[in-house]
Amino acid sequence: MVMWRSLIKRELQLLGRQKADWLNPLVFFLLVLSLFPLGIGPEPGMLKQIAPGLVWIAALLSVLLSAERLFKDDYRYGVIEQLVAGREGLFSYVTAKICCHWLSTGVPLILVSPLIAVLLGLNFDSWQVLVVTLVLGTPVLSLLSVLGAALTMAADKGGILQALIILPLYIPLLIFASGAMEAAATALPYTGQLAVLLAFLLFALALVPLAVRQALRMNVG
Amino acid sequence: MWGSMFRWLDPYAKPETLYHLCGRLLPYLMGLALFTLLLGNIWGLAFSPADYQQGDSYRIIYIHVPSAIWSMGAYSSMAIAAFIGLVWQIRVAQWAVLAIAPIGAVYTAIALITGAAWGKPMWGTWWVWDARLTSELVLLFLYLGVIALAGAFSEAARGIKVASLLAIVGVVNLPIIHFSVEWWNTLHQGATITKFAKPSIDPSMLWPLLISLLGFALLLAALTCLRLRSQILIFEQHRPWVRQLVDAKGDSSQKEQN
Repeated sequence: MVMWRSLIKRELQLLGRQKADWLNPLVFFLLVLSLFPLGIGPEPGMLKQIAPGLVWIAALLSVLLSAERLFKDDYRYGVIEQLVAGREGLFSYVTAKICCHWLSTGVPLILVSPLIAVLLGLNFDSWQVLVVTLVLGTPVLSLLSVLGAALTMAADKGGILQALIILPLYIPLLIFASGAMEAAATALPYTGQLAVLLAFLLFALALVPLAVRQALRMNVG
Repeated sequence: MWGSMFRWLDPYAKPETLYHLCGRLLPYLMGLALFTLLLGNIWGLAFSPADYQQGDSYRIIYIHVPSAIWSMGAYSSMAIAAFIGLVWQIRVAQWAVLAIAPIGAVYTAIALITGAAWGKPMWGTWWVWDARLTSELVLLFLYLGVIALAGAFSEAARGIKVASLLAIVGVVNLPIIHFSVEWWNTLHQGATITKFAKPSIDPSMLWPLLISLLGFALLLAALTCLRLRSQILIFEQHRPWVRQLVDAKGDSSQKEQN
């Protein structure tokens, strides 16, 4: 626990010093969102209709891209090698990374969600559902993109490869998150979708850290 | 208990033994595969009756359904191989992952293409965003991800391990993806063959379908043997037994030339 706390502190310090790591994904998210009305057309009715999908596609792309360089520096400087060689600590490191990744990419998305609601013409109720789906869904996005970063850590080709292997795994999340928002927009019950999102979150929380640890070990191996 | 149960498998974890086993099995598997594929397809395409609703265009089922079923079968076998390879650190199982992946990807592509060709006369469109079509497309992406990841490392052995892990993650996700898209949208006709109910197909059409199904499975096994053999040679090229094999081949071909 002491180890975990100091790892969290280290990660937060790094984030505080390298602001681009969490600011760029946020700007990217807003930029992608503003591209859609320009490409599709600004009619408020249509925007409102496609908003759930838009927000979620932009969110998953920005979270995915932000994770790309997550382990690169630690790998290059030998931090991960030391953790793998050590008896414990690798698992704490993995969970600390995941927590901080969510804090630095998922939470900002939730915080700017009122702005999104204004941009896409969502009303207060739709915005509330959007926030709930983001709260339940962005941790899963972080977990999976950290897994992608861990898998491709020592690979010669990064970037696109990580997107290629992780994007298919995002599909269930995209379906249920935008499904919940669509159901809410048409005044249908949406608690079922939210329950499924919560189930995804618990499932991913239980399994993904183990897979990440294994992936890091293999990459150093 | 597990130890004694699988003791007979132990020798085949040795690349050399497995190489020769695959070599011995290959002609039988390939021969049987060709025989059953020809039998099933000629029977299905030429002799079985036409469908009362879909006419002759239903006949693509004899390629579409077996390739779709075995695209998933190949993925599960790949994931099982990946699991064995990672948990028990058996290298030949890891190589099998790399051997199966492209075959599975091609099966998936065949299922998608024949499905599109069947969809055009039946639904009036090449492609719809239906649950099964979407899951099959995602399956193709998962295969391509595994292949791409395995090839992305300068150290090939590491790439295969990481790709094996991805294959296992994918197999955990596959049912979730499948049920998500099913819940999301469905237009595809129901399953033709199910284990628990009486098949919704006449026996005269069912038999050629079952034979084609067997044929595709045998072809999968045969191609896996073939590819696994070349994987073994690639990864063991520095070993004496491979050298000897190559030298022996070289000698015999020289003799033939003389």
